[in-house]
Amino acid sequence: MNSARLARWVLNLIAAGVAVFMLAPLVVTVLVSFSSSSVFNLPPPEWSLRWYTSLARKDGLVSALSLSVYVAVLSTAIALVLGTLTAIAVEHGRFRGREAVLAFMVSPLMMPGLVVGVALLQALREVGLREVFPALIVGHIVITLPYITRTVHASLALFNMSLIDAARTLGLSYPQAILKVMVPGLAPAFLTSGLFAFLASMDNYPISIFLTDARSKTLPIEILRYLEETPDPTIAAISSCLILFTIIVLVLAERMVGVKRLAQF
Amino acid sequence: MSTGTVNRTAWLALPGVGYLVLAFALPLAALLLTSFQGDEGWTIAGYTRFFGDSYNYTVLWNTLRSALWITFICLLIGYPTAFVLARSSGWMQATLLLALILPLSVGVVVKAFAWTILLRGNGIVNATLMQLGIISEPLRLIFTETGLTIGAVHVFLPFMVLPIYAVARQIDSRLVDAAASLGAGTVRRFTHVVWPLSLPGVVVGVAFVFSMTVSMYVVPSLLVGDRYKTLPTLIARAYLFMRDRQSGGTMAVVLLAIAVLVVVASALLARRVQPEARV
Repeated sequence: MNSARLARWVLNLIAAGVAVFMLAPLVVTVLVSFSSSSVFNLPPPEWSLRWYTSLARKDGLVSALSLSVYVAVLSTAIALVLGTLTAIAVEHGRFRGREAVLAFMVSPLMMPGLVVGVALLQALREVGLREVFPALIVGHIVITLPYITRTVHASLALFNMSLIDAARTLGLSYPQAILKVMVPGLAPAFLTSGLFAFLASMDNYPISIFLTDARSKTLPIEILRYLEETPDPTIAAISSCLILFTIIVLVLAERMVGVKRLAQF
Repeated sequence: MSTGTVNRTAWLALPGVGYLVLAFALPLAALLLTSFQGDEGWTIAGYTRFFGDSYNYTVLWNTLRSALWITFICLLIGYPTAFVLARSSGWMQATLLLALILPLSVGVVVKAFAWTILLRGNGIVNATLMQLGIISEPLRLIFTETGLTIGAVHVFLPFMVLPIYAVARQIDSRLVDAAASLGAGTVRRFTHVVWPLSLPGVVVGVAFVFSMTVSMYVVPSLLVGDRYKTLPTLIARAYLFMRDRQSGGTMAVVLLAIAVLVVVASALLARRVQPEARV
């Protein structure tokens, strides 16, 4: 066998191994959630839905889920507005340090979440904000904004601004041209960045842990607390629901923008 | 700033930038300042205490060592995967992309929990290894560093593969063919053509994975537990359980400094490895 073919063969083997390695934990979680046993062994002695019915009775998990969804939706929506405006300014504005502004907008992604959480906790105490919900919104916009700004900016750089001029010569006002030409052109960027911002917010633990209290917890915090107290497959059931939800969202996004765009998370 | 060089569109950046200044930059700056504040004015007592305690070096070393190790393994298996992804097509590429993007989109808490199922004594990893005859007794995986490494590689691998994939996709395969026609063997083609061209993606991937593993909290707290202390777990403990804001703040600044160092180093490296002439 010549070396190029051997190399290709080894590469494919590694990639196949990676695919199995990446997907196996998710598959196992879903399988365990349908087990009748509480000890996570596979294959399960019998199939059962008991962990799903148990999930519906867990008020803590259900209310944590709804808090997380509210926070993720609201913070993503606000970040979409702020991030898009910033992306437009960086791409089409004239001022010094545009690169630096973009780097600054993306920098929260590279900073340790716990440190940002600690810093926010101190700052919010300083200004006297102790309510959990607004504090979470403030913190989660910091997480969602980088995703939106980065992706919308990358997409704007490819958008042909002369289309706006063309629309205006055809009789549209400036705001109309923006709404009818630019917004549809940027829709894929809004969708993918909004999707990943939403998921990042839903998943955030390190910032939220400092901004929540004993009464209102977000889903990741409640899941971790639950695992410490009663590690049973109820968590596998809610995890499977989250996996299913993610699959649905990804399939919809794939239909609209294609899977390759999703790879530019 | 003179108004002549700034146009109206530039002001659209104000709300977003202003927001991050208020809710991100200023709080971090305040955290930095308070870490230098004692009961009687400015002091570096927090830092002399931190660096005077040999236990903290163990913690720092734990944090950096596992981050380096996890980053290295991610690069080792992520690099070839990125190239297979770039060169394949059809269902193979779609499957591989799915295998990366789906776990990326599923939360860290869910993934870390999944690994607690897989890695336990009677879990699927041990069962498979025993069935294959590789081991005769279950390995202790959960609550060990090995377990942490496996789980963390799973969580962070997509952040290595996707940036390298983005670069690998753009490498002109004719360059590799040209090198081959000039007599370069497989190894030489890799070291002289493919590797240098892929370096920008490698730098981004390594910076991503390293900065995330240095500051990971959920993965170690589920897969290793309390005995294996890293900087993030100590920060969380100081604030959440010990109510010790003084030492928590000092450690938070140390972790912040590491993260900033990684960002600066990767930015400098990225500039150096940028190919000078794109054909």
